[in-house]
Amino acid sequence: MSAVISARDLDLTFQTNDGPIHALKGVSLDITKGEFVSFIGPSGCGKTTFLRVMADLEQPTGGTIAVNGMTPEEARKQRAYGYVFQAAGLYPWRTIGGNIRLPLEIMGVPKAEQAERVARVLDLVELSGFEKKFPWQLSGGMQQRASIARALSFDADILLMDEPFGALDEIVRDHLNEQLLRLWDRTGKTIAFVTHSIPEAVYLSTKIVVMSPRPGRISDVIESPLPRERPLDIRDTPEFLEVAHRVREGLRAGHADT
Amino acid sequence: MRQSFVPVVTVVGFLFVLWYAAAVWLNAPWTYDKATRSGEEITFSVLLSDTWSQEKPKLPAPHQVAVELWQTTVEKKITSKRSLIYHSWVTLSATLLGFVLGTGLGVLLAVGIVFNRVMDMSVMPWVIASQTIPILAIAPMIIVVLNAVGISGLLPKAMISMYLSFFPVVVGMVKGLRSPEAMQLDQMRTWYASRTQTFWKLRLPASMPYFFTSLKIAMAASLVGAIVGELPTGAVAGLGARLLAGSYYGQTIQIWSALIMAAVLAAALVGFIGLLQRATLKRMGMV
Repeated sequence: MSAVISARDLDLTFQTNDGPIHALKGVSLDITKGEFVSFIGPSGCGKTTFLRVMADLEQPTGGTIAVNGMTPEEARKQRAYGYVFQAAGLYPWRTIGGNIRLPLEIMGVPKAEQAERVARVLDLVELSGFEKKFPWQLSGGMQQRASIARALSFDADILLMDEPFGALDEIVRDHLNEQLLRLWDRTGKTIAFVTHSIPEAVYLSTKIVVMSPRPGRISDVIESPLPRERPLDIRDTPEFLEVAHRVREGLRAGHADT
Repeated sequence: MRQSFVPVVTVVGFLFVLWYAAAVWLNAPWTYDKATRSGEEITFSVLLSDTWSQEKPKLPAPHQVAVELWQTTVEKKITSKRSLIYHSWVTLSATLLGFVLGTGLGVLLAVGIVFNRVMDMSVMPWVIASQTIPILAIAPMIIVVLNAVGISGLLPKAMISMYLSFFPVVVGMVKGLRSPEAMQLDQMRTWYASRTQTFWKLRLPASMPYFFTSLKIAMAASLVGAIVGELPTGAVAGLGARLLAGSYYGQTIQIWSALIMAAVLAAALVGFIGLLQRATLKRMGMV
């Protein structure tokens, strides 16, 4: 299958008062269509920066990257991806429906189609019936689901998620992980997902990218042997624990040589 | 509301007691002078009744001001030159016009500062400098210059109001339009939103709480501007003219009633914006 995202020798150096910071160094990776790829690593390993480069929110200082065969800027201008931030970032003055409609309004989608799409993505994240509610009337987990619905509303093939469940408690997180897998299965989107949590990465991904800091680089890429169909209790199987073990080893190795 | 009733009444009551006591203290010399000349003996009750009922007291007692207010508002026809309602309206119209002009100018400047780098670097120092000039110094100039080009009456006073009221609006709106977080601006970028769309859909709604807070300050400043605009020009009408005439003729009661009227006006105007703020922000789900 063709690569949806393809990075070659990507470098990104921030110039700061304390000297240059190598956020990314020599990062090469291919993500193929329909994959669920997690990026895991300690703070400063460049996982979020990498995601932001894909989204054209940061400019690499070296190497090449293609998104859907285009530069990230072209891809962004064609609205090729939906981006979910760590905070839901819903506008308090808009209802849930209004928030999800926001990108559609910006993209000039006709009114009738807007309503139809809002209803569809609300159903996808299991928030039907909450369209008229304001963000403050929803729990944190529901707000984050609404923000995922917003990223899905314009039907981009790629979903970039930056620790979307990082601020939520474990029970809510489990539930949202399950929902996200179902959603991925139903929509066939390509997902790049940044996380701090090993179980989350292993549970969700078809491919796990382990990164390490100073300079930010990829230290291991693990193709998950787990099946597509994943009930929550798959996390107690030996296969799951083995993958989790390998991720942990990768993280430790990354730490050892700094 | 009910919880604050008792404390508020207590404080107001205390202020009245203080005011009456001060009236006795400040007006007593005049009473004693009069008594010495006529050779009368002053008892305490005479002292009280005299200091609280002089025609041109140093400090009029509250009830004297209240009577004057009643006579010049309720008992006078609005068209009369002695009606305080008439004078208030003269000042209020200049205040409102200046407020609208100042708010408009303030918002325009703020939008310019937020969207244009050159304006960002150059305008703000001038805006701040404009407020360091004493308004009492510049007010007569504005009136004289505008008069020279044939503009007189309401507009020069409104210009002075505008001069004072655009400042809080500029400062508040610049802060408000810049209040969206980096994340929200990044989000707009991922949707390839234009600057205009970002302005209307994110920056402007996000600035509303700041906007209303500045409006309250601007409204109060605008009223001060209108009154100051009436002082140096020999205006014949308006609260400022009443203050000035009162001070010429030692009509302290008239001065105080004009002051109270100005305070009531300011409270009403700022209160009205407060209501508007609550209604708007509630509608926007931001309270």
